[in-house]
Amino acid sequence: MGDMIKMVVVLTVLSAFSGGLLAAIRDQTKDKIELQQLQFVKGPAIRAIFQGASNDPIASRFKIKDGDVERNFFVGIFDAKSPAVAFETFGKGYGGDVGLMVGVSMDDGKMIGVGVTTHSETPGMGAKAKDDPKYVNQFKGSSTEEPIKVTNDGGKINAIGGATITSRAICAAATEASEVYKRLKPQIEEQMKAFIK
Amino acid sequence: MAKSVTQEFVKGLWNEIPPFRLVLGLCPTLAVTKSVENGIGMGLATTFVLVCSNILVSMMRKVIPPKVRIAAFIIIIATFVTVVELVMQAFTYPLFLTLGIFIPLIVVNCIVLGRAEAFAYKNGIMASIADGLGMGVGFTISLASLGAVREVLGSGTLLGKPIFGAGFEPFSFLVEAPGAFVALGLMLCLMNLCGKK
Repeated sequence: MGDMIKMVVVLTVLSAFSGGLLAAIRDQTKDKIELQQLQFVKGPAIRAIFQGASNDPIASRFKIKDGDVERNFFVGIFDAKSPAVAFETFGKGYGGDVGLMVGVSMDDGKMIGVGVTTHSETPGMGAKAKDDPKYVNQFKGSSTEEPIKVTNDGGKINAIGGATITSRAICAAATEASEVYKRLKPQIEEQMKAFIK
Repeated sequence: MAKSVTQEFVKGLWNEIPPFRLVLGLCPTLAVTKSVENGIGMGLATTFVLVCSNILVSMMRKVIPPKVRIAAFIIIIATFVTVVELVMQAFTYPLFLTLGIFIPLIVVNCIVLGRAEAFAYKNGIMASIADGLGMGVGFTISLASLGAVREVLGSGTLLGKPIFGAGFEPFSFLVEAPGAFVALGLMLCLMNLCGKK
């Protein structure tokens, strides 16, 4: 009996100690990990959108609560007066969610560029959306006023050959981005003031 | 009978060098040694886990009841592996991405559990530290050397820098999975030849 209790006590104490240690380390590294993920997963898309910006868009970011989700917004400043904002939305692709970073100019509400961040599409087919900039370049200058669709669905975007589902997913993500932009515009403008000097 | 601390350390470097002599821990040895950098990263992560778990197991060897020792070892090892995982995510994110699933898999690495069971549970703290350090360094050297062979011949680079002229045709078979087996086999053969006399 004494043996039994000892086993339980030792394992319990050990587990509790481990749990505490891990929680402490997780707390310590949480912000750093988030920053690293921004740098390496979303960084390339953000930098491509804000090519030529005079600030570091990844460092200039803020969060806005949108319903249940908290969205990260990145600010790019080109010259003193024309800032742009980028944020991520998702569309349902062939292999799961396709993440799309959408950059919108605050002046005229037009998209200045988009870039795929994360996806699990088929290599050589849907994955081209990320590897080949030709497709996403079509979104440059799209208005946030109307939904964005591929030509098959009556829109203006030429789908990627053999990857209609991925193309549609990206259009859906871009359309969602337009809605988010319209919905949160006052808050974005409010937050932007801190970055424009 | 009791060997000196130095002897415990040195044995891991040659006489009992893990992947080549004990032929333990082959899964990461084969999978991550595409380049020297990956090999060293994996080796250092394993070394950290080995030393820490050896210390803790050795400290607690009188408290842990024999019947639940394996469960206790797993808790200790898993805790340190998670620590490594979080720290790597926070500071060396690209390396974390390439090593991927093999970092959490250190938990089931035979070397770590093997040393806890066969050495640290029966020996004092200093000897256990020396044993863990020796095994870890030996493992790192093995992974780095195997990585060097595969990287130099397989992609013509060393630590990411090209070392041959443009005329070098990389022997790309070596960076693929079967190449890992062949390279490991040849190195084992070489080790045995050297150790024979």
